[in-house]
Amino acid sequence: MTAIEEGISMAVTIEKETKATLAESAPAAKKISVRQALTDAMREEMLRDPTVMIIGCDVGLRGNPFGITKGLMNEFGPKRVRDAPISEASFTGAGLGAAATGLRPIVEILYSDWITLAMDQIVNMTAKIRYMFGGKINVPLVIRAPFGAGGGNAAQHSQSFEAWFNHVPGLKVVAPVTPYDVKGMLKTAIRDDNPVIFFEHKRAYSLEGEVPAGDYTVPFGQAVVRRPGTDVTIVAYSMMSVKAQAAAQQLAAEGIECEVIDLRSLLPLDYDTVLKSLAKTNRVVVVQEANLRGGLAGDIVAEIVDRAFDLLDAPPVRVGGLNVPMPYNMRLEAEVIPNEEKIKKAVRRVMTN
Amino acid sequence: MAIDIPQEVLAKFPCYTPLAAPPDLPPEQQIEMYRKIHLIREFETNVRDLWMANRIYGLAHAYVGAEAIAVGACAALRPDDCITSTHRGHGHTIAKGANTRKMMAELFGKYEGYNRGKGGSMHIADVEHGMLGATGIVGSGMPLAVGAAMAADLLGNGKVAVCFHGDGGTNQGVWHESINMAAAWNLPVVFLIENNQLAIATEIGRVSRETDLYKRAVGYGIPGVLVDGFNPFAVYEAVRDAAKLARAGEGPTLIEARILRLLGHFVADDQWYRNLDAVKPWWRLEPIPRLREHLLRTKLASAEQLDTIEKEAKREIADAVRYASEECTDPPVESLYKDIYAAGEVIV
Repeated sequence: MTAIEEGISMAVTIEKETKATLAESAPAAKKISVRQALTDAMREEMLRDPTVMIIGCDVGLRGNPFGITKGLMNEFGPKRVRDAPISEASFTGAGLGAAATGLRPIVEILYSDWITLAMDQIVNMTAKIRYMFGGKINVPLVIRAPFGAGGGNAAQHSQSFEAWFNHVPGLKVVAPVTPYDVKGMLKTAIRDDNPVIFFEHKRAYSLEGEVPAGDYTVPFGQAVVRRPGTDVTIVAYSMMSVKAQAAAQQLAAEGIECEVIDLRSLLPLDYDTVLKSLAKTNRVVVVQEANLRGGLAGDIVAEIVDRAFDLLDAPPVRVGGLNVPMPYNMRLEAEVIPNEEKIKKAVRRVMTN
Repeated sequence: MAIDIPQEVLAKFPCYTPLAAPPDLPPEQQIEMYRKIHLIREFETNVRDLWMANRIYGLAHAYVGAEAIAVGACAALRPDDCITSTHRGHGHTIAKGANTRKMMAELFGKYEGYNRGKGGSMHIADVEHGMLGATGIVGSGMPLAVGAAMAADLLGNGKVAVCFHGDGGTNQGVWHESINMAAAWNLPVVFLIENNQLAIATEIGRVSRETDLYKRAVGYGIPGVLVDGFNPFAVYEAVRDAAKLARAGEGPTLIEARILRLLGHFVADDQWYRNLDAVKPWWRLEPIPRLREHLLRTKLASAEQLDTIEKEAKREIADAVRYASEECTDPPVESLYKDIYAAGEVIV
């Protein structure tokens, strides 16, 4: 048996094991993990549209180290689920080339830290090619970029770069975290004719949540209020929105009622929901996991000040990671990543200003 | 009698090949090559004059002397094949069948231009004709071409992508990545190095030990071919054969079409860094007199016919300049936010 044949027979075995789960997730509403939501979204879109394909390192035979593309190469073949060489620049750019000539590729950058290797193709080509060509080219490209820290993965495997892409006209940037949002927004991303950077949180893969039966999508540019409140607005996204909800629960015992907004969509960003909340609370805390300096929270605070200074009873407060490369030692790491304590501290600060 | 090439040039240009028409290239196509080469030459010399007169601006890189590469290559392709380009893209665009009026309008930054005035010389594109745009990032067209080939492969439509790039681009990381990946997957792409031996002011030998760039093909397990880039028939044959392999699922070929850059890097480049006296004899290699001599000698055309073609090319480009400067309009300010995203979506 050749290596390829061995690999495919392995994939068949894995596929048999996962087939039951895959079959279940489409017809009836059920509780699934973020990991499953990603797999299901891609599989359903690939069944629906023969031009959808996946390319990245270890997406095919291995099915991605977290199992996200498990079984897909066996089901759709090695041309629709392509195991790429370690050439981020080239396979991301190839995703662009394929998008421009009739396919709807999903590029997977295994850890978003390595998106740096594809920056030129993303920033100088993908983001601006439609504009440079006066609208004459289509770019239905999704770049999945697992981000986020935890687990002692250290400096080159823990970063969050959404702020960089927020700064590039022509891209869309999303960071959903619940299975419902992840599945719905990945489908939206695949069906969108624009390039989308899809930040999924590495530590959220096991988070569970309800998804409805059948096909559904979640639109971009719409934030969601996770927890209503009257005293302060906490604006967050991805894993930070999960931690913000936990912090809000704890703060309720202190008599502080927080309204927690999960942005889900970073570019376009739903400022309407944020300002509507601010009109009620007049105080805002913006939370990002990325290190604080130069991050998205700064841009959001600036926009809030620009659009609704009069609504503010106190200066906005940001929460972000420490401005250090992520250390390996897990106690040090825990110091760096924003947690519920830091969010609560920020809320108390904005309440007393 | 073929054009006489000085010995000093031949010694430095071992890939020189006298023009010999390929048997599968009918006379009309050979004459069409002559017309296209003239069209490019006229376009580029006009662009230079217009730029020096401040009538067009930004950056402009002329394809003078390299015409045989674009024209020879595109003659071997089907209309629905696609090409990717460089910052020196006017020649590719014309060779692939673009309208010179819309091209000139684009260089004038006009709304009627190919890119609605948003791209200019360095991003000129004619996507309908399969010209996937000029790009100012050296080497960035490589993955684009590989992606187009990947799509052709999955869709099974028999299309081929030709990736034009320069000697400068061969040292970009993506060059290696793209060829390796395309070769591993037998993708229908042809990698065509336009080796004019200069990356702006840096001669290739100063930054690459192996200056026979086509030899790198061995490292990727694909054929590597060196051709006289001033000879449109030689380029035609190499691309024809490479496209055939690609369409048969046998993967990419690396073609090095070697020339020497006869003018400056950009239109106002005075080339103080070069010994221009040493460049003068290389003009004997340029495609126009060689192709003219061939057509006359083989009696495929008369001198009058060829003169008419030349005049007509001049007339067409003069008309394009007049059209762009007198009939076309500036893009409205409202178009600033258009076409960043698809279907008229605007995110400010």
